[in-house]
Amino acid sequence: MQTVLSIGVDALAYGMALFVISIGLSVTMGLMRVVNLAHGAFAMIGGYFASYAVRDLGLGYAAGILVAVVGTVVIAIPIERLLYRRIYGAPQLTQVLMTIGITFCVIGITNFAFGPTLKTVPLPPLLQGSVDLGFRSIAAHRIFVIICGFTVAAGLWFLVERTNFGVKVRATVDNAAMTAALGVRTEVVYAVSFAVAIALAAFGGVIGAELLPLEPYYALRYMVTFLVVVSVGGAGSIPGALIACLLLGTIDTTGRYLAPEYGEFFFYLAVILIVTLFPRGLAGRMK
Amino acid sequence: MKKLLAAAIAFAALSGAAYADTIKVGVIGPFSGPFALQGKNFKAGIDAWLALNGNKVGSDEIQIVYRDVPQADPARSKALAQELVVREGVQYLAGFYFTPDAMAATALLQQANVPMVVMNAATSAIVASSPLVVRTSFTTWQTTTPIATVAKEQGVTKAITLVSDYGPGIDAENAFKTAFEKEGGKVVETIRMPLSTNDFAPLMQRVKDSGAQGLFTFLPSGPPTLAFVKAYNDNGLKAGGIKFYGTGDLTQESDLPALGEAALGLQTTYHYAVSHDSPENKTFVAAAEKAIGNPAELSFPSVSAFDGMYVICKMIEATGGKQDAKKAVDAVKGLSWTSPRGPVSIDPDSRHITENIYLREVAKDASGKYYNKEVRTFEKQGDPGLAFVKK
Repeated sequence: MQTVLSIGVDALAYGMALFVISIGLSVTMGLMRVVNLAHGAFAMIGGYFASYAVRDLGLGYAAGILVAVVGTVVIAIPIERLLYRRIYGAPQLTQVLMTIGITFCVIGITNFAFGPTLKTVPLPPLLQGSVDLGFRSIAAHRIFVIICGFTVAAGLWFLVERTNFGVKVRATVDNAAMTAALGVRTEVVYAVSFAVAIALAAFGGVIGAELLPLEPYYALRYMVTFLVVVSVGGAGSIPGALIACLLLGTIDTTGRYLAPEYGEFFFYLAVILIVTLFPRGLAGRMK
Repeated sequence: MKKLLAAAIAFAALSGAAYADTIKVGVIGPFSGPFALQGKNFKAGIDAWLALNGNKVGSDEIQIVYRDVPQADPARSKALAQELVVREGVQYLAGFYFTPDAMAATALLQQANVPMVVMNAATSAIVASSPLVVRTSFTTWQTTTPIATVAKEQGVTKAITLVSDYGPGIDAENAFKTAFEKEGGKVVETIRMPLSTNDFAPLMQRVKDSGAQGLFTFLPSGPPTLAFVKAYNDNGLKAGGIKFYGTGDLTQESDLPALGEAALGLQTTYHYAVSHDSPENKTFVAAAEKAIGNPAELSFPSVSAFDGMYVICKMIEATGGKQDAKKAVDAVKGLSWTSPRGPVSIDPDSRHITENIYLREVAKDASGKYYNKEVRTFEKQGDPGLAFVKK
């Protein structure tokens, strides 16, 4: 029983960290139909901003997160206007080539400017150390990540399903030309959705930095995992991504606890099964 | 224009004939990509050597030719080694960060009449695969074996091993197990984790459940070590009194600023710490820091590259600049000198370096910088792994 509980806690923590980082990608892929392979690069930029703000400028952790989110969005806006706007609606191969190109540029620039060594975001005393849950102890930071994950999920769901802006987003996704004809400025909708996705990437990059350490190759190293989450959950679906993260987190954690020598066998086996049974992901929308 | 070119070629040919030879050394390593830092350390070690000793041996001039293999890629390594030998006409091959890269290139040595000086790749079998290989780095067996003694002496009788599931990790597991059981301890469980593991919490829980008093681990240096050390602290293993033992790969100097507080007190064994206290090392570190640019990036491959250059220069001296691989290798068998890491020698039988292995503890100096503090020396350690190499 203790083992089951213990695995459950780890799975939840790992799943939520994955969720916070991947959900932004789900937004760009599902709502904006852009295969954004530069998602990891934006998460990394966020992490570097926070690391610089907290470590070198001595700001607080919360301020660091704010700097990361705002800074990354400020960098992303001109990129959206100049580069991404050209590939909305373009064939997926074009999108893949351009965004992977951006990723390599970001890796190169980061390597040049900050060097290849690891960067960390120092935690505030409150999030340091571990919390005793009775049957085991868990890093305080993990609990913070779990809370952040649920908050992000709830906030996004509310934004897309319950607000006026959400209506416009959904309409733009379904039929951009028709929505524009009805007087919605779709380019603004796209720009704001993109900014939200980037902000989420940056946020995820910062709070996930304990699990996925920041270094220039971060941008590429974890991209497969993020893509898996989106394809299993169904692009653009918030509940889908949440379920996918929890499911994959559980499978991965259980496999690692009980049979680490199998490596990621169970993880990818589950992915193959799910994608075979649900080609559009667990909660993907039919076209 | 044509005339000018012809003149230039004639001049080049003349100067080649009139003056002493240029001896080319081909260095293969990861100079771009995720492991570029290690390649940079090769280069820093070589540059430090050239800065301190000049680029001349007798009247011959050494020229270094670099080739990049960003990740372990034996086919590419072999192709580049061939290119270096055939097109560049190198007399020596050196570098090699990854074992498969070194192994692939050893096949060329005999026919090309070129010795190889391995500056990192740490699997015992490399030196056995060709009589023209000399190694100035270490093997995983060599750096792992002493930590088993340390663990036993600190009262650990039941240990668990947790290693990355690939060649060097398995070497480390076998080395620790063999040495620890020889000391009379018991390894209760051996766990191999995939190289791509990011989340170590479930593994730490398993270590805790195993009832072991000590954890031995091997991970390649790089990003995952950070998450690993944090997981060790955060999951209550440190507080629970499970002792931590590893090799120096886990606490390489360039990762220490990031590991910071979490790594404090970790015990590792290794052949070199940048902080090693000797006049030779002070000179070396000063030159290497200048060569690498950012002192925080200096780490262990630099010293093996520095000593590799020493060995190559001795080879050039012995052969008078003529290409004779066998004579060159024979000349350095049994060679001993004082390296920045301490006294070392080339074992005449295995052509592998015999060196001191140090037990180190991560500590914080007066200026708040984290470093590997050497607390104990295991003198003149050979490579115990050679006995297990299949002939």
